[in-house]
Amino acid sequence: MATKETPKHDALVAEMKQRFGAAILDVDRSFDDCTVILDKGKLHDVLAYLKNERRFNLLLDIGGVDCLELKQYRERFEVVYMLYSIADDLRLRLEVPVSELDMNVPTATDLWKSANWAEREAFEMFGFNFVGHPCLKRLLTHHEFVGHPLRKDYPLMGGQWCATTSDMTEELNEPA
Amino acid sequence: MSDKPSIQEFIPKEAPRRYSSQDFDRDVDPARDDFNEGLQLPDINSSPMYINIGPTHPATHGTFRVYARLEGETVEKAGVDVGYLHRGFEKIVEIKQYNQIIPYTDRLNYCSGLTNNVAFCKAVERMMGLEITPRTVAIRVIIMEIQRIMDHMICCGTTIVDIGALTNFWYFYNARDKLNDVLEALTGARLTYTYTRVGGLAWDLPAGWRDNVKAAIKEVPAAIADVRGLVAKNRIFQDRTRGVGVISGEDAINFGWTGPCLRASGVDLDLRKVRPYYGYDQLEFDVPIGANGDAYDRLLVRIAEMEESLKIIHQMIDRVPDGPINVDDKTVTLPEKHDVHRSMEALINHFKLVIGGVQPPPGRIYDATETPNGELGFYIISDGSGHPYRIKVRPPCFYTMNTLKFLVEGGMVADIVAILGGLNVIAGELDR
Repeated sequence: MATKETPKHDALVAEMKQRFGAAILDVDRSFDDCTVILDKGKLHDVLAYLKNERRFNLLLDIGGVDCLELKQYRERFEVVYMLYSIADDLRLRLEVPVSELDMNVPTATDLWKSANWAEREAFEMFGFNFVGHPCLKRLLTHHEFVGHPLRKDYPLMGGQWCATTSDMTEELNEPA
Repeated sequence: MSDKPSIQEFIPKEAPRRYSSQDFDRDVDPARDDFNEGLQLPDINSSPMYINIGPTHPATHGTFRVYARLEGETVEKAGVDVGYLHRGFEKIVEIKQYNQIIPYTDRLNYCSGLTNNVAFCKAVERMMGLEITPRTVAIRVIIMEIQRIMDHMICCGTTIVDIGALTNFWYFYNARDKLNDVLEALTGARLTYTYTRVGGLAWDLPAGWRDNVKAAIKEVPAAIADVRGLVAKNRIFQDRTRGVGVISGEDAINFGWTGPCLRASGVDLDLRKVRPYYGYDQLEFDVPIGANGDAYDRLLVRIAEMEESLKIIHQMIDRVPDGPINVDDKTVTLPEKHDVHRSMEALINHFKLVIGGVQPPPGRIYDATETPNGELGFYIISDGSGHPYRIKVRPPCFYTMNTLKFLVEGGMVADIVAILGGLNVIAGELDR
């Protein structure tokens, strides 16, 4: 079923394919959503293009996925970017496969400030290393916590003893 | 003679010892007269002071910590520490069935649990391609708007209390209590409602419920008028909130803001208008927009939104159509209890649905709903089984809280409280 977003998605995907070529690994249009599966090497270029030239001014969310128990996957992990363009009323999702052997991902904090905490959460939950992030510390879990709890091989039950108060000098000195 | 102890035994033989300040260690006891002699205290006028606000400060409405470096009374630098209420929502739901997740969504934004129920079910239903019945649509719209009023009442009520005005709280809470009675009559709960199900609702409206709603919402306009009369043109309130925590629309978008906080900065973005669901495009209501993006606008936009929600309820309450509340799909809706006890097929159907759960097709979806705080999104990955493979929640106040550091730096300490309240940060949703 086509929605009024569909032609806009068609045009956007065509332009992205023309511009970035082989970096666009696949496009998923199920459930009327538009998802572009993207090579990690071109991630920052694509994000900058979407923000500056395609008016995707709202970075809604950054999430991680551990594909360990899925039947089909490209790499073990994925970083997922939810984008929204207020001017065009258009949503777009980017899914970027990330290998377990190389967890470096370029940061998006230079483009959207909302990426700051979103990347910190993805870091602590999955272990992505967002290169260039100003303060890549644990956010929701305790600073003494060990491991990345949303990975599929992290046990559901059990606990860790975390006792000391965190020193917040890094957050304090983070530039505005 | 009795063996009972006499009263004399309880009277001390010696007079109680009187301590003098000389009995204490000089270094530890400030009661000593010479405690301050030779002590070098830092000069508070020239050196910075570090304070913690929270995690159990009453104005934080939940648990999070603001660590601030003060220069006099000005906040020079601030760091925000969250996660005190992190309960691992996204981990635990991976072993739950879709209908079992609905009680967990109540605990996200616990000021408006029904809205979260609806938002989650809406995402799963879109994934399964289910079209819910018109009666369910109408009921969901009404309960969502009641919850929007109640959520804004908590936000405005408590924020104005935090900056020193208690009376408005009672005006709002009297009206809110009536609304909560209505929801209690419907769901049996006053906080964690768990009323929706995938494909419909838990049960139908009780008899006379719509008259109860009409009676309860009659009190709301008077409460709004009372509170607005108390604060809107109040000199003290304006001094505390006008020009405090100002953020431009462009910056607010860059920080990922949505909902009333973004609209207070002058950006007209309401998902009920731009991508309507549940027939919101056929309802008449306005979207209040602020001008300055300060703490004052954020509260006044919320108060204006309550009036718009009242308009929606008035339009919908007499237009609830008759008919079933659950979709006619045996893989989603449990069979009638009467049939389960009498027919083998219904019994098998019941068993399969309870054990296997609702099973959306494999795939990924992101679905967003306009909740009182802003855009609540659910990113769901299904592998075709009865449990979601992964759910990522996009909580609206996660991004407003991210901005707090930048709003409070350079302002006064007391402004932290005024700014924090207007952002309506709910720790359950923030930390998940």
